[in-house]
Amino acid sequence: MSSFQGFSISEKEKEGHSQEDNGHVDTKEEIGDYIAHHLKDAHDFHLFSYTSDSGERKHVGFSLPVIIWSSKGLVSFMSSEFHHDDAGHTIVDKKGLKFTKIHSKIYELDANATAVSFDEEHHATNAHKVLDFSITKSVFGILIAGLLMFLGFFSLAKGYKKGAIPTGIGRVLEPLVIYVRDEIARPNIGEKKYKKFMPYLLTVFFFIWILNLIGLTPLGFNVTGQIAITVCLALFTLVIYMTNGSKDFWAHTLWMPGVPYILRPVLAFLELVGFILIKPFSLLVRLFANITAGHSVVMGIAALMILLKAQFGTAGATGISFFLTLFLMVIEVLVAFLQAFIFTMLSALFIGMAVEEHDHTHDH
Amino acid sequence: MDIFNDFSIGLFAMQAFILIVLIFLLGKFAWKPILNAIEGREEGIKDALEAAENAKKEMQNLQADNDRLLKEARAEREAMLKEAREIKDKMISDSKEQAQVEGDKIIKQAQAAIEGEKKAALADIKNQVGSLSVEIAEKVIKEQLSDKDKQLKLVEGLLGDIKLN
Amino acid sequence: MYNLIGAGLIVIGGGIGLGQIGGKAMEGIARQPEAAGKIQTAMIIIGALLEGLAFGALLLGK
Repeated sequence: MSSFQGFSISEKEKEGHSQEDNGHVDTKEEIGDYIAHHLKDAHDFHLFSYTSDSGERKHVGFSLPVIIWSSKGLVSFMSSEFHHDDAGHTIVDKKGLKFTKIHSKIYELDANATAVSFDEEHHATNAHKVLDFSITKSVFGILIAGLLMFLGFFSLAKGYKKGAIPTGIGRVLEPLVIYVRDEIARPNIGEKKYKKFMPYLLTVFFFIWILNLIGLTPLGFNVTGQIAITVCLALFTLVIYMTNGSKDFWAHTLWMPGVPYILRPVLAFLELVGFILIKPFSLLVRLFANITAGHSVVMGIAALMILLKAQFGTAGATGISFFLTLFLMVIEVLVAFLQAFIFTMLSALFIGMAVEEHDHTHDH
Repeated sequence: MDIFNDFSIGLFAMQAFILIVLIFLLGKFAWKPILNAIEGREEGIKDALEAAENAKKEMQNLQADNDRLLKEARAEREAMLKEAREIKDKMISDSKEQAQVEGDKIIKQAQAAIEGEKKAALADIKNQVGSLSVEIAEKVIKEQLSDKDKQLKLVEGLLGDIKLN
Repeated sequence: MYNLIGAGLIVIGGGIGLGQIGGKAMEGIARQPEAAGKIQTAMIIIGALLEGLAFGALLLGK
């Protein structure tokens, strides 16, 4: 419900209207912009903004380090140096290079340019993007999730030294670990080989689930809705099932027995495309799209509070949007678990397909 | 495609790095001990269940043994009682028989003694009767034989008696 | 405009597919309630595959 707070108190500073109306979000377009902005990664951790009595914009949050690989090597500074500007107006001078940020992307300006200009295909003409290893909001979210996992599971692991039955938070975590093992890994990979993949499956399951849940808090994270994150997760699964493929798997993929020789290369091509492109693509797109869609819909429904104000009055519009958002949030909590489950489940399924060994007693 | 315009190589690299670190560290210090502990506990539970099952079976066996022993003991007691009763009966009947025999013997002896006494008494009476008759006969004969005719008559009467005999 | 029509078509197709999956799964569960767990898992997997397809198409059209 990050949007909820954001909308009700005030609004992120957006170029074009922030100066004139103190950054309030009132129209459909502004709401669309606001949602689009939320869905993107950000270089500072921003909770909400408000306008003080003296008419000054105040931002609540903190800045995060920017680490970029520019034409002169590694450059780092705090994101506060951009002064919450996301439209390329503030230019930061470091190592004699000029950097500016447009829509969460950092550009390195050419020597004599003062502002980024774009051609018709939206390519910068006098600047180029830099490799951005900043601790962005998403990276910050990943670190928080990692920290939570460390704390929770280290304490669970330590608990076993004292006794066979976990105490405290371990009581909640242990059934989840057993769930992943018994419902996801064992049936899909097989009794013999599942152990090898447990670390990956468990890590990915809890990683996605925690990040999905963090995304539902008012902190405004949208980590699993970042395409880079889901691409990375899908690539890990791809690499794991490709490198662990059994002899049978490769034999069946590349030279399918039991079909006419002419068809075999065609089948091999289709199988390879399926395993290398389609399966990881469906994995990454599913997670990305579910989380993105969930965030947009929740924020859009929350924005009804503003859009319906004219028809139903403040209280009516707030009530409608509150109950609809509440309903959607309940669904989103379910989706948060379901997507983590599906990702892990399908990863296990693909790994199971790759490591499976057929008994050759029957003729193919 | 539009979505891949937002793809940030930096974020991807950070994520990949952090994920590898996470998998490695959690795998080594969390998942491995956790899974081992869970597995160990499951084994323990399985063993304990098996042991309980075995103990139950043993208990059943013991119970059966006890039952058998009890039954045997009861049968033995029964047999002993029966034997004792038999012995008692036998003893009673034996002593009865003995008493009978003894009694019979005593009675027989008594009868024999009585018989002997009776015989002796009878013989005594016979003797006395004999001597008395002889005396009477002597006296009678003395009286009778004083007369010659009477003697002859008597002799003739005696002789007639002998013929009649 | 056209991509909105396309999106609508995708949603119609996906909805029909999901309805089929869900309906058949329900029938299966009603017929064999003891296999509910297995059927549910299979249903979710197939649903997820369909979802991936539909989302892929939606993003291609975006």
